[in-house]
Amino acid sequence: MTYSGQHDPTFVGSRADDGAEYLDSVGTGDLYAGGDEFADSVDSGAVYTAGGGDWDQIVKDVATLGAERIVVNMGPQHPSTHGVLRLVLELDGETVREARAGIGFLHTGIEKNMEYRTFVQGTTFCTRMDYLTPIFNEAAYCLAVEKLLGITDQIPQRASDIRVLMMELNRIGSHLICLATGGMELGATTIMTVGFRERERILRFFEAVSGLRMNHAYVRPGGVAQDVLPEHLDQLESELPALRRGIREIELLLLENPVFKGRTVDVGHLSLTGCMALGVTGPILRSTGLPHDLRKSDPYCGYETYDFDVVTRQDADAYGRVVIRLDEIWQSLRIAEQAIARLRASQGEPVMVADRKIAWPAQLSVGADGQGNSLDHIREIMGESMESLIHHFKLVTEGFRVPPGQAYAAIESPKGELGVHLVSDGGTRPYRAHFRDPSFHNLQAASALAEGGLVADVIVAVASIDPVMGGVDR
Amino acid sequence: MTTTGPETPDKTPPSQTTTRDEANQPSQTEEQVVDTTTAQAGAAVVPAGAGEPTVVAHRTGMFGGSLGGDTSGYGGLDVPVLFPGASERPYGSYFDEVVDALQAAAPEAFAAGVERVVVDRGELTLVVRREQLRALVAALRDDARLRFEVISGVSGVHWPQQTGAELHAVYHFVSITHGTRRVRLDVSCPDEDPRVPSIVDIYPGNDWHERETFDMFGIVFEGHPGLTRILMPDDWAGHPQRKDYPLGGVPVEYHGATIPAPDQRRSYK
Repeated sequence: MTYSGQHDPTFVGSRADDGAEYLDSVGTGDLYAGGDEFADSVDSGAVYTAGGGDWDQIVKDVATLGAERIVVNMGPQHPSTHGVLRLVLELDGETVREARAGIGFLHTGIEKNMEYRTFVQGTTFCTRMDYLTPIFNEAAYCLAVEKLLGITDQIPQRASDIRVLMMELNRIGSHLICLATGGMELGATTIMTVGFRERERILRFFEAVSGLRMNHAYVRPGGVAQDVLPEHLDQLESELPALRRGIREIELLLLENPVFKGRTVDVGHLSLTGCMALGVTGPILRSTGLPHDLRKSDPYCGYETYDFDVVTRQDADAYGRVVIRLDEIWQSLRIAEQAIARLRASQGEPVMVADRKIAWPAQLSVGADGQGNSLDHIREIMGESMESLIHHFKLVTEGFRVPPGQAYAAIESPKGELGVHLVSDGGTRPYRAHFRDPSFHNLQAASALAEGGLVADVIVAVASIDPVMGGVDR
Repeated sequence: MTTTGPETPDKTPPSQTTTRDEANQPSQTEEQVVDTTTAQAGAAVVPAGAGEPTVVAHRTGMFGGSLGGDTSGYGGLDVPVLFPGASERPYGSYFDEVVDALQAAAPEAFAAGVERVVVDRGELTLVVRREQLRALVAALRDDARLRFEVISGVSGVHWPQQTGAELHAVYHFVSITHGTRRVRLDVSCPDEDPRVPSIVDIYPGNDWHERETFDMFGIVFEGHPGLTRILMPDDWAGHPQRKDYPLGGVPVEYHGATIPAPDQRRSYK
């Protein structure tokens, strides 16, 4: 196969001169490259010839191409790129000389949309950003709203405990997907099925509590949308032993698997210096040995009262990040058990801030026909109190006003620091909501992780970042 | 309450007091806008009055959209948007330490570049001039007493009514060494000259954030190694996060009734 017709001769980059001469001497035999009949329509476009040629010529071509760098476009539709990520790789044989990530294919303008909805409606938008960590997006956003409102210390303890429980379960779910898809990208489909199966246990609990498996809009400014009932906790606790067995199964499948270790050990190396320079956080940073975790260093939602460890590894490679994620799952289970115990003890306490000018007027409840507004609330606003109806109407359609100013709230998402920069102009809608998504930030390190390695290791390196394009592109 | 007569725009509506103002006169705050937001190279720093809030915009009316006449009587509402003004020492928490260290590490840049130090909602904000941004940022990273190793990116904010400072670039920094300290730098530039120096060579992690802010707001980060669009297609026209850029959307019809697109609806704002 030959390549010709590109008008800019420098396009072929570092192709060896002898190769170019060889191609010139052979001649492309292209019938259309110089033809006048296409001069108008093609107009300096590249002409590709994928014609035959005998075996000798193919061998010579391969010898020529072997001496040159080729540019390979990987994605955006590729099963190993973790979503619609485009990687432009410059290859020297099998070695990656340059890697560049192209993003934006999943940009949906969520931040812009949030400026046209009330502060409460914002949760339904931001939950869709990184769709594997919806609770974290909501929690970070709500913490920023609460900071602007100045009600951070008025959030009921039970609401914070519910947030912690949901976030830690969500962390397990996100890590399971990371391991599952990462395994699938290496060809280990069993990891994938086990990972998704175990995550489903967590999603069933989310569905019971919030009504939705994903995109919950469950964490709301001032608290959470709905209380966690004892039967929900019973359901979760009945699933936990099976979840533990499943996680152990993944550990047994992965950790001492010689193929897996061969693919991941010493692959995707990024030192502490590199992490600091690029501002990388999350498991990648902890795989260099630095125990930086916002849950410990800058606690929120009462994390300082929970007993857990920050997991680190020293090897700074893809294997270390897998081990960190597995260990963090166990730590999350530890936190979740403490949260369950607290929620059992605090049953019946409020889950929404006491200020009725901020708190959503109705809690949801489960009726015979599914989930909806609580019947008591409907009875009150429709049959008993006109003022309640007005209050409900004003709060739901207009929303609450947030004093002008700006705030930045950051939490430790499964992928690193998830920050929200929220600006209010005193109205009922965010003037500007910006999400510093850890996937977006950490994906900048893809070049540093991939360059100099083999092309097959690009997959491993990108998988060890665990980027979710919904969060990258927002 | 019966229906009100013709609109009386000159009448001060009662809901003006709902914003967090400290009973300051609008005429004073107008002057302050000129003082604090006009970025001129080499101009003497005029310290804003401590504690006086800064007017960043005016909100008029009560409802968004302009379809049909506003018969609510709130059409003449004009509420200044008051951001917290400069704070007075002691700032509290670690903020004094950070400000002192920055002043010691980059004295000239601090004197010429820091317009205001604002402590609000437990966060430290330095409003700085773009000419001194790089010197201040380099000190933030390199000085041992500051050591803000990690950048949390730059975010843009568009305030169309702030003449001479329409576009803001807001940086957040974290210091892991000093126990997750945070500081925010707020840099502004006029719409006619939307240039802010790039800090990618100091903080390589800011690369994509600057590209995103350029893409979304049109702020040109001078010195960026490859300032191209990152989220929108390369041939896109306009910068979507600016306030004069429409959200878009189509009216939805259902059972004969039509609901306008979200940015055209008559709704509260």
